[in-house]
Amino acid sequence: MARLWEKTQAYLEPRFMLSAVRDFAKKKKVPEHKRSFWYFFGGICLFLFIIQVLTGILLLLYYTPSVDAAHESIQFIMSQVKFGWLIRSVHSWTANILVGVIFIHMFSTFFLKAYRPPRELTWITGFLLLVLFLAFGFSGYLLPWNELSFFATRVGTDIAGVIPIIGKALKTFILGGPDVSGATLTRFFWLHVAVLPAFALLIMAIHVILVQTLGMSRPVGIGETKEISFFPEFILKDSLGWLIILAVVGAVCVFLPWEAGPKADPFSSTPLGIKPEWYFTFMFTTLKLVPAHVFTIEGEVLAVLGFMLGGLLLMLVPFLDRRAAREKRSPVFTVIGLAILAYIVVMTGLTYLAPNIGK
Amino acid sequence: MNTPLGVFIREVKRRSSLTALAILVISAPLPLSAQQDSCVDCHLQMDDALKAPAEGFNADVHKQFGLGCKDCHGGNPNQEDVELAKDRTFVGSPDRAKIPEFCGSCHSDSAYMRKFNPNLRMDQLALYWTSRHGQLLKKGDLSGAVCTDCHGVHGIQSANFPKSQVFPWNIPQTCGRCHSSADTMKAYGIPVQQVDDYKQSVHARALFEKKDLSAPVCNDCHGNHGAAPPEVTSIAFVCRQCHPSAGDLFSKSPHKEAFDALGISECEACHGNHKILQPSDELLAGGKDDICLQCHDSGTEPHRTGLEIKQRIDNYVASSAEAKELLARAERKGVDVGEAQFKLQDSMSALVLARNLTHGLSPSEIEASLGEGAKVLAEVKVSGEASLREAKFRRTGLIIATVFIILLAAALYLKIRDLKRPATHPR
Repeated sequence: MARLWEKTQAYLEPRFMLSAVRDFAKKKKVPEHKRSFWYFFGGICLFLFIIQVLTGILLLLYYTPSVDAAHESIQFIMSQVKFGWLIRSVHSWTANILVGVIFIHMFSTFFLKAYRPPRELTWITGFLLLVLFLAFGFSGYLLPWNELSFFATRVGTDIAGVIPIIGKALKTFILGGPDVSGATLTRFFWLHVAVLPAFALLIMAIHVILVQTLGMSRPVGIGETKEISFFPEFILKDSLGWLIILAVVGAVCVFLPWEAGPKADPFSSTPLGIKPEWYFTFMFTTLKLVPAHVFTIEGEVLAVLGFMLGGLLLMLVPFLDRRAAREKRSPVFTVIGLAILAYIVVMTGLTYLAPNIGK
Repeated sequence: MNTPLGVFIREVKRRSSLTALAILVISAPLPLSAQQDSCVDCHLQMDDALKAPAEGFNADVHKQFGLGCKDCHGGNPNQEDVELAKDRTFVGSPDRAKIPEFCGSCHSDSAYMRKFNPNLRMDQLALYWTSRHGQLLKKGDLSGAVCTDCHGVHGIQSANFPKSQVFPWNIPQTCGRCHSSADTMKAYGIPVQQVDDYKQSVHARALFEKKDLSAPVCNDCHGNHGAAPPEVTSIAFVCRQCHPSAGDLFSKSPHKEAFDALGISECEACHGNHKILQPSDELLAGGKDDICLQCHDSGTEPHRTGLEIKQRIDNYVASSAEAKELLARAERKGVDVGEAQFKLQDSMSALVLARNLTHGLSPSEIEASLGEGAKVLAEVKVSGEASLREAKFRRTGLIIATVFIILLAAALYLKIRDLKRPATHPR
């Protein structure tokens, strides 16, 4: 057995330069300090993404992306396919948990000012991954073709239609027509399983390579110089987090399997209290609360432009926070980050606690 | 030619100017379009009783078809002077006894009515004279209802208009204006609780709560223009208009011959008339509201047959409830039972059919229907039990997986702790 292992290594070594990878892993260190707990959320994102890919591939075995068969295929997966209920529930639950963990990862990185040079591109690729995973969530939500997802997609694409100049064309492009239809389902499926994964893998590869080559950032003002080895100590700690997440996901899926819901009926009236997935609700509630007109500009247009501008500024924060770039504390950006976080939490909370607000 | 129009025409001729021509074009329609209606103008200035017709007529269906006061009352609305307006053609308000003929003069004229609504029936007047109302009027009893009592006078609306007095959900109130009045009905010896009874019926619930306009109201059973109480022999036919299946089954049952011989009305004998309540299994033999006891003594052969039928239905209902509970338990445990629920619905159709078959009094037919349903119910129960086993399997699987994960996590934790103390643990 040992001989076979040696032979395999001898074959692989000149071809993959395994020793170089091994040496890199041995030498690589990760800073350890009172805030290093937040480092683990990046690894959890990766773990959840791997679960997404694996369960997504399995769902493709039975899912049919057509108006006549999409909902039926999901019901078949949930009731007839062996462990289908588990695969689909894990896919849906982890998708939601993943978006939540991405937000936590992004805000922790923001508050630790890990975007400081030379890690600007790590931040930007991370931000792009957030946008991509929001698109994953939006496109995947429609695929079961149930009542909630159908009308939530209609509401969501209406918001896209508000964007000045390109809004109408963009909405038509997303929907494949004037309204949510079979063409939309095909498009969303195409986006969800082909286009978005391709971009996500590319950007994730850049993100992970940057993280590996540049290492973890030590927050400004942290005097501790203690370090732990990336392999095996950090990886083992990461794995511990993954196992905890796995146990939580398993329990949630058994006790609260993701429902298929009633099939979408495009001719029925919009059900009361329709809202998008939770991670879009802060924008949804803002649009409900914004006045019809602010000066001469339509309120909705202003809000959508505000979110776009806010997103752009957030992406460019490494270039805006000059103090952090000089390894100095930047409390202004901390306060801005706290304000954004509070805004998102309050608006999301209002969506569920005061559903009739702004009507 | 001293009218404004004349002045402008002369101006055009004199000046031949384009400006004047333009003024003519703009101003000419004004004097031409002003149409005088002295009836409405005067009545709107009068006191309540005389003002009401002019006000009400604005919403009247006749006005919508372009008709005016003179089309019913004659006279000349172009005259401003009241004496001149009431010319030879003026007929004023018709006597109550003449109202049916007054309305019928147009409504029975197919050539005239075709211009407005070719679908409207022309036999209302003929039917009216066959009705109890018409017969009373013919005898000189002015209390008999006439057209205006049900349709209104000025402000008559199409029967399809929800605010119309003869729209389905307003009919009980319209009929009740006379039929719920003890004073009015006293002379005819007619009871006055029908409308109150109707409002408690299953038909009224369908109409008022579910807004089901196909639910029967007074006129669906008694007729409208030819309104009369149905005779004993015709009640069954009235009910069969909507309940043909129950009627057919009854006709084949042993009850048919017996009811005919005794002169008992069919459906009404068990279900009542105006206060027809939601039928339940409690109406069957042995139930809380056992209606069989009206004719059959307890312990007799027919009553025992009734008890047998009820027992079978009760057993099925209990079995169905058991299956439903089974599925509910599985669903609460997170297992998808959608398909089994569809089957449960199928099994309910067998029960609905069996309940209808009670009108035929054939235990074998009821048994056959319930037997079919019982097969489906058995499948539902098998499916429900399998779902519960699946729920148990999932929980067991979760426990095993969680224990495995916890052990793995504990091992990892120990390893991490071990890595942190390399100096104290020489290897």
